[in-house]
Amino acid sequence: MDWHQQYIGKVKHAVFHTQKTGRKRVVVSTEENVIASLDLRHGEIFWRHVLGINDVVDGIDIALDVITLSSDGSTLRAWNLPDGQMVWESFLRGSKHSKPLLLVPTNLKVDKDSLILVSSKGCLHAVSSIDGEILWTRDFAAESVEVQQVIQLDESDQIYVVGYAGSSQFHAYQINAMNGELLNHETAAFSGGFVGDVALVSSDTLVTLDTTRSILVTVSFKNRKIAFQETHLSNLGEDSSGMVEILPSSLTGMFTVKINNYKLFIRLTSEDKLEVVHKVDHETVVSDALVFSEGKEAFAVVEHGGSKVDITVKPGQDWNNNLVQESIEMDHQRGLVHKVFINNYLRTDRSHGFRALIVMEDHSLLLVQQGKIVWNREDALASIIDVTTSELPVEKEGVSVAKVEHSLFEWLKGHMLKLKGTLMLASPEDVAAIQAIRLKSSEKSKMTRDHNGFRKLLIVLTKARKIFALHSGDGRVVWSLLLHKSEACDSPTELNLYQWQTPHHHAMDENPSVLVVGRCGVSSKAPAILSFVDTYTGKELNSFDLVHSAVQVMPLPFTDSTEQRLHLLVDDDRRIHLYPKTSEAISIFQQEFSNIYWYSVEADNGIIKGHAVKSKCAGEVLDDFCFETRVLWSIIFPMESEKIIAAVSRKQNEVVHTQAKVTSEQDVMYKYISKNLLFVATVAPKASGHIGSADPDEAWLVVYLIDTITGRILHRMTHHGAQGPVHAVLSENWVVYHYFNLRAHRYEMSVTEIYDQSRAENKDVLKLVLGKHNLTAPVSSYSRPEITTKSQTYFFTHSVKAVAVTSTAKGITSKQLLIGTIGDQVLALDKRFLDPRRSINPTQAEKEEGIIPLADSLPIIPQSYVTHSLKVEGLRGILTVPAKLESTTLVFAYGVDLFYTRLAPSRTYDSLTEDFSYALLLLTIVALVAAIFVTWVLSEKKELREKWR
Amino acid sequence: MKKKLPLFALFLFFFSLLLFCHSSLAFESDELLVDDEEFGLEGGSKPQIKPHEPAPTRSTTTTTRRKVSDQDSDSKIQFSLEHAFGDSDFVPAGTFSARLKTSSHGGQTLTKLRFSRNAFTGEDKEKFEKLLQDDDFYRIRLPSNTVSPPGRDYIISSVKARCLPREGLDEHFVIHMEGVNILAVNYGAFGACSYPRQLKLPHKWSFNSHTVLKNSEQAPRAPIFAEEVLGENGEGEIIPPPERSFWAKYWMYLIPLGLIVINAVTQAMNMPEEGVQGGGQTQQSAAAIQRGTGSAVRRR
Repeated sequence: MDWHQQYIGKVKHAVFHTQKTGRKRVVVSTEENVIASLDLRHGEIFWRHVLGINDVVDGIDIALDVITLSSDGSTLRAWNLPDGQMVWESFLRGSKHSKPLLLVPTNLKVDKDSLILVSSKGCLHAVSSIDGEILWTRDFAAESVEVQQVIQLDESDQIYVVGYAGSSQFHAYQINAMNGELLNHETAAFSGGFVGDVALVSSDTLVTLDTTRSILVTVSFKNRKIAFQETHLSNLGEDSSGMVEILPSSLTGMFTVKINNYKLFIRLTSEDKLEVVHKVDHETVVSDALVFSEGKEAFAVVEHGGSKVDITVKPGQDWNNNLVQESIEMDHQRGLVHKVFINNYLRTDRSHGFRALIVMEDHSLLLVQQGKIVWNREDALASIIDVTTSELPVEKEGVSVAKVEHSLFEWLKGHMLKLKGTLMLASPEDVAAIQAIRLKSSEKSKMTRDHNGFRKLLIVLTKARKIFALHSGDGRVVWSLLLHKSEACDSPTELNLYQWQTPHHHAMDENPSVLVVGRCGVSSKAPAILSFVDTYTGKELNSFDLVHSAVQVMPLPFTDSTEQRLHLLVDDDRRIHLYPKTSEAISIFQQEFSNIYWYSVEADNGIIKGHAVKSKCAGEVLDDFCFETRVLWSIIFPMESEKIIAAVSRKQNEVVHTQAKVTSEQDVMYKYISKNLLFVATVAPKASGHIGSADPDEAWLVVYLIDTITGRILHRMTHHGAQGPVHAVLSENWVVYHYFNLRAHRYEMSVTEIYDQSRAENKDVLKLVLGKHNLTAPVSSYSRPEITTKSQTYFFTHSVKAVAVTSTAKGITSKQLLIGTIGDQVLALDKRFLDPRRSINPTQAEKEEGIIPLADSLPIIPQSYVTHSLKVEGLRGILTVPAKLESTTLVFAYGVDLFYTRLAPSRTYDSLTEDFSYALLLLTIVALVAAIFVTWVLSEKKELREKWR
Repeated sequence: MKKKLPLFALFLFFFSLLLFCHSSLAFESDELLVDDEEFGLEGGSKPQIKPHEPAPTRSTTTTTRRKVSDQDSDSKIQFSLEHAFGDSDFVPAGTFSARLKTSSHGGQTLTKLRFSRNAFTGEDKEKFEKLLQDDDFYRIRLPSNTVSPPGRDYIISSVKARCLPREGLDEHFVIHMEGVNILAVNYGAFGACSYPRQLKLPHKWSFNSHTVLKNSEQAPRAPIFAEEVLGENGEGEIIPPPERSFWAKYWMYLIPLGLIVINAVTQAMNMPEEGVQGGGQTQQSAAAIQRGTGSAVRRR
């Protein structure tokens, strides 16, 4: 019923661990700030740690333990290699920001203690690998030197530290690594200035660029002397116009320069001359140098050739020689190769073999050995941006002949396998195949719609621009699609998923599709990209590069005859663009022209504005689908006292079953249900930092409920001494929000419910019978609302990462709040606990109604964790989707991990449980029928006897 | 007692001081103004146009009060309301005047808000009629800072013009304040304005304005359970909840029972006609009849 999947994210660094510990592992750090140890044979996770969002891993290495440098070079940690327990943690202080560098010299060992050198925050620290003790520190920031490289000299305990002061002064320090003693300090000025990365070519030579980015500067600091040598890129026969940068690499005697779309491999000859060794396109990737057997070096080059990827392992310094050349078939859905790490092993014939760990454009991780992909991990799923769901196809009654013919062979094969299985002849692969077939045909993972609506496709959009369809039954990937990249756009980013077409009623033959909105570039003014993806086949139906941007996307509640939903895209000039661009859509839109309103929240400015459609765009190009808008209302928060930190609106597709709430006094309260409700939370600017940065007296939290049509503030309330972060959920007529109370030093959750007073008179039955009520009158935002609000506040133990609310098909089932706690678990909390009508001792009638006696804090019942004992590491969002069965809701929680389950907040009152004994029911019926028959016969006999008497 | 008396005297003294001085100087409540200060109901048009309206008298009272307040640290401020018909430019349409109160801890608040609206000119009237015809928006704006208008920007609010006409033109302002800043203004009709909006011209072309100043409410604190509260609880629990009447409790059983009884009785009524005696109910009823006749006999 529920499944849990673990991921790590896109790999940044990988360190192989190939010591004689039987199992071979690779330790990786990823862009999701995960440190993980993976099994080299199967790609499974041995252990894994998810660091915080701000704890970005800068470097990773192995020195007895796994050493990681993170948080911009300020945290150094050691993790036990076999089980991932943290051994020690050191905080490195420094004054200035500088490039964080981690170096574990191989030869500086005293007993088992090896030295770790860390350059961060303007200082160089030497740390003991046993207990993380800082042995010595040297402050280079004091001498205003920015450290660029820490170089270990071979076979000695001396190190070189090189850096710049300003942009033109070069410094080289020779330091005794054991005690930090400065042995020598040389400095020299270079008139051209330095820019960008440095590439270390040998232990005493490095290459960098001058400020014009057209000259390569070779710096050698041999024999206590610094010498510069300039080589013009044009002298190497290369056009130096465009973007030139030196790529960080660790090849000996060679370095890589990227110029526009291609890469140059340049070698330093023995006469200190530079020469171009090879020129490749930018898609080619080179690994770091690997030292194997007696100081031999090797590196891997990965090139693309059509649908194949060529991996060549070359010995260091010799481009024309290949140690290994392999070519593997690569799924084009994986995109380009982004990174490669190599590792060597001893073959059975005692020669050296190489395996490569490849990171692809779609964030997947592959291990390639002997020209085969040994395993792959779909780690794009660790970085989900948006999720939506799609129904599965309806099960067809008649199956077409072609399908039968196709499946006949499969069917036969399946039966052969099963036969083998029963006769105990099956090999392990066969057993696995049988398992797969069983799983496929099992009820929960079928590829068709089920009666209860439990089976669905979860369509997820990831940071890698890859879309996955996961089957809700077992979480397997049904299809995946790397979005097409157009020539016009270099660095597209994807933003959101929308349901474009959800066929039902008519247009049943169409496949459902989703709309993916992205933009070309990072800024919100960048032009938008639209892609349409079929959710059954996973094919990209269409893709447009738009001329305008998309700051906001609004699905409208209208669909055209093919069930395509109308969408409005708002650009940065506040014009709206209608999609799909059909005449039918425009005619539908024209009818509702005057009833379309939208709002924008400018969190940085502290302004919320409401807009309406005004007229068609007036431009040089006549565009029927573009409309001008005008500002209808605005709310301006004073910058000095309020800062917007949260804005939450109701889910568009939420269903409310009943408008009225009957209280215990036989009284009726009408819920104020409006789709146009916006919850906004503002805090004092002083208190907008992290908790503890402000005094309770200077901190406050103001919450608003705003009608987005008229800009009316329906409810406004101040929590003194409270501060964010605020997590809120708005549903039906209530809002629940979570924040920190500085006075009580605890987290709190508040609930506010809104009731409509204008309908409160409709209590009289007679009035209802005679039709003298205003219940059927259309509700207008322009009427003056007569509302009352009720609020209450409770303490809550945890801090919260995400809040969601269960949603069911008809909205009858009572609601549960799903709270993503700081421990990366999902807690289901009954909404009844967050009822503003709770009182200290409820009357008997109130108790019957289900009101819980008031308590100051919300209970956390261990059984109500829907994730059980599992953790959804790095939890970011919780999605709830109604099943067709009213009592049940589907919950999908995502972060670095994925978790899916089914919930029934009021138990499954509308279906029999899975362990219901049908046999007993049948038996009872049979017994009853038998009993009836027997008694009938008996009574007949008795009657006969009576009559004879 | 000895100690309490001087304290009491001191209190009296302060109280008298309070009486002498105006409220704003001596005692400044730090309580947030939860209640809406509702003012207005002022004649929309200028007094010289309609001198018979009660508005002028009201304004005179305010001026006298203002004289008193002039002695205090309060100052009077004015800010203007501007309006626009549809997409036209904003033009001044009226003035708000209020007193700026400076509280002891430096916070400033507005009180005693007055509003006087300029009368519609003939041109305005035409424009407004056009709005009514088109079902378009009538827009207003206020400065976001009342002390140094317009502050960061203007606060805009709009309403469909067709919502306003009643007898005259009814308008309702709710101005949300934060110190001297205006956060938002909710502008609209005084009552309901349900969709579809009917085209209706006002009888009088004068505004009937209502203004409300609103400040933020204090949130209720999380309940904290102290000992004594719990004690009260205990007491409270001893008092039994009011017993509901027998009927209220068991009506759902009584009605079917009643129906059964009625059913049985009708059956019993039918039975004697057939001349068969049987069944407890009928026996009883028969007995009752006998008794009835018996008593009747006795009476005779």
